[in-house]
Amino acid sequence: MDRIEKLVMASGIALLLVFFGAIVVAATSYGVDVPTCVTDRKPFTEGQAPFKTSDQPLRYEVHTVARMWMFDPPEITVPPGAEVDLYLSSADVVHGYYVEGTNINLMAVPGAVTYRRVKFDREGTYRILCHEYCGTAHHLMAGTIVVSSSPVEEQ
Amino acid sequence: MNGTLRLPVEPWARRLVLTEIIVPVVLLVLGIYAGLLQVLFRAGVIQAAEFAGWEYYQALTLHGVVNAVVFTTFFAVAFGNALVPYALGMKLPLRWAWVSGVTMLAGTLMAAWAILAGKASVLYTFYPPLMAHPLFYIGAALLIVGSWIAFFNWIPLYLRWRREHPGEKTPLAVVGMFATFIVWLIATLAVAIEVVVLLIPWSLGWTQEVNVPLARMLFWFFGHPLVYFWLLPAYTMYYTMLPRLAGGKLYSDKVGRLAFMLLILFSIPVGAHHQYTEPVVSSGSKLLHAFLTFAVALPSLMTAFTLAASLEYGARQRGARGLFDWMFKQPFFSTDAWLFSYMIAGLVIFIMGGISGIVNASYSMNLVVHNTSWIPGHFHLTVAGPVLLAFLGMSLHLVSTYAGKELRLKRLAVAVPYLWLVGVFVFSWGMMRGGLHGEPRRSNLGMSYLNPDSPFYHPEWKLYVTVAMIGGIVMTLAMIAYFVVFFATALSRRQREAAAEFPLSEAYHDEPAGALMNLRPWLIAAVVLIAIAYTPMVRDVVRGTFNNAPGYEPHNPAPVNQSEQLEESPSP
Repeated sequence: MDRIEKLVMASGIALLLVFFGAIVVAATSYGVDVPTCVTDRKPFTEGQAPFKTSDQPLRYEVHTVARMWMFDPPEITVPPGAEVDLYLSSADVVHGYYVEGTNINLMAVPGAVTYRRVKFDREGTYRILCHEYCGTAHHLMAGTIVVSSSPVEEQ
Repeated sequence: MNGTLRLPVEPWARRLVLTEIIVPVVLLVLGIYAGLLQVLFRAGVIQAAEFAGWEYYQALTLHGVVNAVVFTTFFAVAFGNALVPYALGMKLPLRWAWVSGVTMLAGTLMAAWAILAGKASVLYTFYPPLMAHPLFYIGAALLIVGSWIAFFNWIPLYLRWRREHPGEKTPLAVVGMFATFIVWLIATLAVAIEVVVLLIPWSLGWTQEVNVPLARMLFWFFGHPLVYFWLLPAYTMYYTMLPRLAGGKLYSDKVGRLAFMLLILFSIPVGAHHQYTEPVVSSGSKLLHAFLTFAVALPSLMTAFTLAASLEYGARQRGARGLFDWMFKQPFFSTDAWLFSYMIAGLVIFIMGGISGIVNASYSMNLVVHNTSWIPGHFHLTVAGPVLLAFLGMSLHLVSTYAGKELRLKRLAVAVPYLWLVGVFVFSWGMMRGGLHGEPRRSNLGMSYLNPDSPFYHPEWKLYVTVAMIGGIVMTLAMIAYFVVFFATALSRRQREAAAEFPLSEAYHDEPAGALMNLRPWLIAAVVLIAIAYTPMVRDVVRGTFNNAPGYEPHNPAPVNQSEQLEESPSP
């Protein structure tokens, strides 16, 4: 190999290391991370609207069940600034859970629980799309998240 | 090409290679039609569940299975059956080559029947617990096993060549094809376990439930190396033929060998980068696989340099001056070196395909694009870019040399890759931009988001789906032109003796291969790396899976075993 080829290889390796460093910094310093293996929650078959689990203001928990071809609950409402512990489970086949205009992008896999803590800052109505093929009516499977400052009913 | 070595081919070797090329090209006609239907459904031009008897998800399954699995596997086997014996100067052992071809054909017919009968609308990823007809899984297994037999049939040839040529470097073309099938063999072991152990007994009703996270891990163990199985035959052509077609030499033989060895090493332990958004796989494994995915980008960066240097060398031999002149002094529209147009157009497309692939691999950045239409936008710039065009060009070359015919309609043949390049860039722009705005992939948008009568109507995506449709139509036109050239050549009168003939390049820097002489150390390192990358994932599947799942047919929200019980119970 000649000098230029060695230079090309070295700069290729350096470029890829910079990319990798950037995603590690994003995950560790900015909390931009992906779901991990959940072992302390069993899959559930009934959804639960946002409820409080602690005294911390604006901290909620939601249980969403994806099934052919709906989300349960189909609509959830949280106040702006809410930090939501989102637990996702599937009652039948594999589904997707994608909140339009956000980085909330999860899979619902039968036999397991998907968990992410997500934050809603801006008021508005967000569409939840199932984005994994789940059968004949897959394109009709959707839900809604409303972020609104009007009072949320505690359940 | 003048001065290319022509080797005579036995009649039954000739018939085998021609069958293995013509059958998948005929199927590709259906696959391309199904692809055209996709963009029409998605753009809201067809606002229905089906069109002319083809249901959207059925057509999508056919499009993926035929174009990405059947066509590519048949092509790789046919190409290897022709190139490996040619490069070694030997004859293809015919018996097992035919066993392989017949096995693959039988499997393909089974799976094609299941899909066309509407009994396997599970897409080409066939994620359980969606359940297809048993023949879909059995057919897939036979296709894979048949391709293994083809590879095993080349190994004794290679070993004999090594005995007869001690101390010589293995021809680079053989290294490329062996890299292709080593990656394929290791990767398909996992999907064979998924299909044979988990899915076939389950679809036959012998087992009731399936471990979905385990099936997904096994599928993606296979699913990403699959793209290198597509890419490696194209790389083999780029390294061994492109420089010659451009009138030059391969800049460095050693870099070619190193790229192939690195692809054997890093192609496989990367599956979790398809599973970033999933439960069960821990984030540590996801990050490790992200790192290894960046590692597998390295041989492609090296290839980009070496191929550009080879093209520059060729152009300078022909009098190119200055910094950029060599880029334009290439035989882009030569009807003599027409194969060049297929390879260079594919390489240009691959620049965008490679960049978007790095985005997908980038761990949390994947959250922006996962399962949006960005993803098919990306992979049409890879598998439907360099891979497809190299395969189309080589299929024309094989049909003309193996049938002893002159390529017909050469100008049209040269136009195909450039028309395709325009089409696929337009298509992928629409898909990728739409994806960044949340447009989902694999979804019959004409029934919901792109239908003004639907409560889901989402006019923001109208622009993107329309652009993608225009691109898709241009791609279809390019393919029609290709089919015309292919069948006009295949059906024309024989003009000379059938022969194997490949424009193999010489190397400009032809150094000793050193540590790249033997495959063995690289194979051992690859297996060790796979063990490191997958042992924690197996542990996660054991820890994070709470229950198995019964099967579901795509049209029925009740599990298959319950619906059967209901049907069997006597009416009151």
